[in-house]
Amino acid sequence: MTQRKILTRRGLIHGAALGTGGLLLSGCDKLYSQPGFRATLESAEQWHQATQRWLGGGALAREYAPSDMSPVFRANGNRSVADPSYRQHFDQAFERWVLTVDGLVRQPLALPLSMLRTMPQRTQITRHDCVEGWSAIGKWEGPQLKHVLDMAGLGEKARYIVFHCADSFGAARYYESIDLADAYHPQTILAWRLNDRPLDEAHGAPIRARIERQLGYKHAKYVMRIEAVESLDGVYGGKGGFWEDSSGYAWYAGI
Amino acid sequence: MKAQSVVPPPRGGDLVKRHRLSTRIWHWINAVTLVVLLMSGLMIFNAHPHLYWGQYGANFDASWLDIGATRSGEGFVRIGPLRFGTTGVLGIWTDPEGVTRARAFPWWATIPSGYSLADARIWHLAFAWVLALGLLAYMLWSLINGHLRRDIHIHRREWKPAHIWHDVKQHARLRFPTGEAALKYNVLQKLSYAGVMFVLIPLMIVTGLAMSPGTDAWAPIVTEAFGGRQSARSVHFICAWLLVAFFIVHIVMVVLAGPINEVRSMITGRYRLPREKAEDA
Repeated sequence: MTQRKILTRRGLIHGAALGTGGLLLSGCDKLYSQPGFRATLESAEQWHQATQRWLGGGALAREYAPSDMSPVFRANGNRSVADPSYRQHFDQAFERWVLTVDGLVRQPLALPLSMLRTMPQRTQITRHDCVEGWSAIGKWEGPQLKHVLDMAGLGEKARYIVFHCADSFGAARYYESIDLADAYHPQTILAWRLNDRPLDEAHGAPIRARIERQLGYKHAKYVMRIEAVESLDGVYGGKGGFWEDSSGYAWYAGI
Repeated sequence: MKAQSVVPPPRGGDLVKRHRLSTRIWHWINAVTLVVLLMSGLMIFNAHPHLYWGQYGANFDASWLDIGATRSGEGFVRIGPLRFGTTGVLGIWTDPEGVTRARAFPWWATIPSGYSLADARIWHLAFAWVLALGLLAYMLWSLINGHLRRDIHIHRREWKPAHIWHDVKQHARLRFPTGEAALKYNVLQKLSYAGVMFVLIPLMIVTGLAMSPGTDAWAPIVTEAFGGRQSARSVHFICAWLLVAFFIVHIVMVVLAGPINEVRSMITGRYRLPREKAEDA
């Protein structure tokens, strides 16, 4: 008697879930394949960006105490780089490697790693939030991006900073981009050290961008070149980042 | 006042106005929104099917909940020390094309049905606006039109354990109010509607925001209130299932109380008062 009841209830719930789920799903997937519907949903990203910027202004991401740090800082995305030129620099401990800064700047730069390490540094223990849902807390150190941009002298038309990277997914190079609000944010650094050790390959050696108020995929690893641009339209797929171009991830990843 | 006292009170069998337009609109928008948020949320969970307590949490850290599959192809859910076999439903399942997939929640429970974290986030973060703005508008409007004060407000006498216990017993016996008494929410209804409106949905919104690295910068207290981002993520997940539990009880109650009459009252606003039954001997 009790057993029959349980079976009925379970069957009812399962059946209802399957029925409504199946109906809803085919409908949802179909709706989503219509560009207008998808574009409407995607426009929420602008609302998020506008409200976060309005409410947040230049607020700093939270910084933690050493005791809060993750025992192991997970590496994600590409954990190694195949590019032959990168491999050569890696084998030479990046001694002859330079970071290129160009685009809409008055003075293009070629900064050796030794110089990035000796410029004024910022050290911050922050929480890295992956779009997948996990978080890791680590200690990052490097020069502020704004120092580097000031050295190069940002052109008046520059609106975005593009990070060109050495790693690829298949044939597609990784890249990311941020606007000037994030580029000039005090916590936006070109980190060359994690947890008091020079970055290893898995975490983005020789340098990795830290964009502390956004999700992990904005924090480009293996940064080779920093380019100032007026618009993201002509850059790779035009959506401002590898994941944005390839899978439709949001360019504004503050939420 | 005088005119009202002349009108006889409604009796069982009468067709009466039950739900305001604002309630009906919010109800249906919310129904769609919560289903979309749940199903897209389950897809987002699939990207990292582990939950933690505290500020951080990733693969090397101790989780309190995992949904996954063993190497031998056995689906499982682990909650603390408890482990359940869920092959075919959770952790490992077969999609409509007959392909076996090792993902936490199955195709029929997620939006989209095929794995895509990016698309699920687009759904989820768009409908999050509908949920938040809808709740805000409904709360304000219900304050203005007196819905909260008249229909949801729990009076002192209703808080009495004896009164609540009486209602629990009546529900358990499936004895629902009839006649004029059916016009008002009973205390269990008030508690569940207030719980959803003032506790569960606000908690979903706040824990959702607590997971945003942008919000955490300008309002760290939101994340801190839950003990960290990963705790907020766990509370978000738990509250989502409490809303599912509410949904199931809600549907069961609607079915038991007379689905056609109940659904009509939420569409047209008109409700036929249940007739008073002749007293059993």
